[in-house]
Amino acid sequence: MTERADPYAPSGAWRTLESGAAGLLALLWVLPLAYAVWAAFHPAEFTTRFALLAPLTLENFERAWAAAPFARYFLNTFILVTLILACQLVLCTLAAYAFARYDFIGSNVAFALVLAQLMIMPDVLIVENYRTMSRIGIIDTIPAIALPYVASAFGIFLLRQTFKTVPKELDDAARVEGATPLQVLLKVYVPLAKPIYVAYGLVSVSYHWNNFLWPLIVTNSVEARPLTVGLQVFSSGDQGIDWAVICAATLMTSAPLLLGFLLFQRQFVQSFMRAGIR
Amino acid sequence: MNNRLTATIHGWLLLLPAMALLALFTHWPAVATFIDSFYSTPRPRRPARFIGLDNYATIAADPVFWRSLWNNLIFAAGTIPVSIALAILMAVWVNDRIVGRTAIRMAYFTPTVLPMIAVANIWLFFYTPQYGLLEQLTGALGFSSHNWLGSQDTALAAVTVVAIWKEAGFFMIFYLAALQSISPSLAEAAALEGASRWTFFRRVQFPLLMPTTLFVLVNAVINAFRMVDHIIVMTRGGPDNATTLLLYYIYQVGFNFWDTTYAASLTTVLLALLALAAFIQYGVLERRIHYR
Repeated sequence: MTERADPYAPSGAWRTLESGAAGLLALLWVLPLAYAVWAAFHPAEFTTRFALLAPLTLENFERAWAAAPFARYFLNTFILVTLILACQLVLCTLAAYAFARYDFIGSNVAFALVLAQLMIMPDVLIVENYRTMSRIGIIDTIPAIALPYVASAFGIFLLRQTFKTVPKELDDAARVEGATPLQVLLKVYVPLAKPIYVAYGLVSVSYHWNNFLWPLIVTNSVEARPLTVGLQVFSSGDQGIDWAVICAATLMTSAPLLLGFLLFQRQFVQSFMRAGIR
Repeated sequence: MNNRLTATIHGWLLLLPAMALLALFTHWPAVATFIDSFYSTPRPRRPARFIGLDNYATIAADPVFWRSLWNNLIFAAGTIPVSIALAILMAVWVNDRIVGRTAIRMAYFTPTVLPMIAVANIWLFFYTPQYGLLEQLTGALGFSSHNWLGSQDTALAAVTVVAIWKEAGFFMIFYLAALQSISPSLAEAAALEGASRWTFFRRVQFPLLMPTTLFVLVNAVINAFRMVDHIIVMTRGGPDNATTLLLYYIYQVGFNFWDTTYAASLTTVLLALLALAAFIQYGVLERRIHYR
């Protein structure tokens, strides 16, 4: 496809003006983050003093790492997001396939029941879900954090829309060759929906890496706490207000997602786009 | 009809795992919340008993509830229009061929991938009296010192700014996708007719963005009632409930005061508000938006 000239593309002084304004807003947007980076990489006496030649240091990171079990928190978060994503992919794929390709009795009611979760989110049902977890006896475990999010209405909806675009002929052809419904799903539908899986995966991982309120409520020990809760316990604890160390810890917890984003910027942005428009 | 029966069995079997979890962690809790709101909270020596609408009477007379509801409405009225307007502006800018658009797009989007809790820590530092960056800036310009998060008048505005900063870049993505899907021939046609850039935006681009705006609006409304992470880190609802939002109040009642059935009644009110918002958005707004 050749690039067509956009008659409304800004040119000359107007282009400079627009770029300047956009750049200014961008600067404003990264300012808080840049400030945290400054504080984290400089000795405490430079936290609020901006000197061009201030010495760089990793000491703040060392102190943060030593002051709280961050290695354990990283592991917990890693297990949590992997567990959630793996379960989501299986459950949502099966449910989406049913909605996309089976004309079954009660499908409309079932679909409405699924979509209800878009409004009645697990984030709001904290009181009742906490009671359920304590009845099952799994308070303060990683599965307790994961369970309310595993059946994701968003995932089911997204995959259903995608599966519906798969030509029925492909499905029929595979069945004529003697494939079972599950084989058809795995060999025809899943491969064709790969970009959507990547998109959904990125959205899910970043959501649950960052999720805070529910994990805060349902965990109370180092063994189950994810990074976000660990960071909160750390920065509201006996650290006082050593901002340099808190900034270092803050950057550390966001680093994997941030680095992933900086490296795969295009994929990230496109994935969020794909997940948003259906 | 045998075919339909097989399809029904297969369909429900495929649905079973997802449906079971949805029932357990979404449908049942929603119903249980409603039922619990008519009971008193069980205490060690007093089991729960049916108290009818007492909890709702307490809510009606609870100044903290009204304060949190009011705060939440102001928070919503602050975050929703501003973040959507900023998102459209960002998308239009990044969609044009401006200098450094990749870096600029990245800067706008970065807050989206950061955890709200981490972001809140950074902003807390930013707002710190005396030596936070904001104080240093206003100090350098000769303004007097001000405790942004510690003052009744500015605390809610301060946390609203954080939410806008976090959300705008996320919404930008959807507008960007929508702008890129608008056919270039529309721009050519408009230019032939001699329409100005502003007219083209107002008459062509903006109307075509309306379905996106509805989608973004739904998300923004939900977020306005769901985002409380930054409240927990930055203000804990203070000073004197100036930043208590509805969900934060539910969290406080449910997990600090352990008054579970009162928290259930508050949750019921929140769910009713969300349902009302959904009804307005889909029932009223959608009819006024024409799809391509």
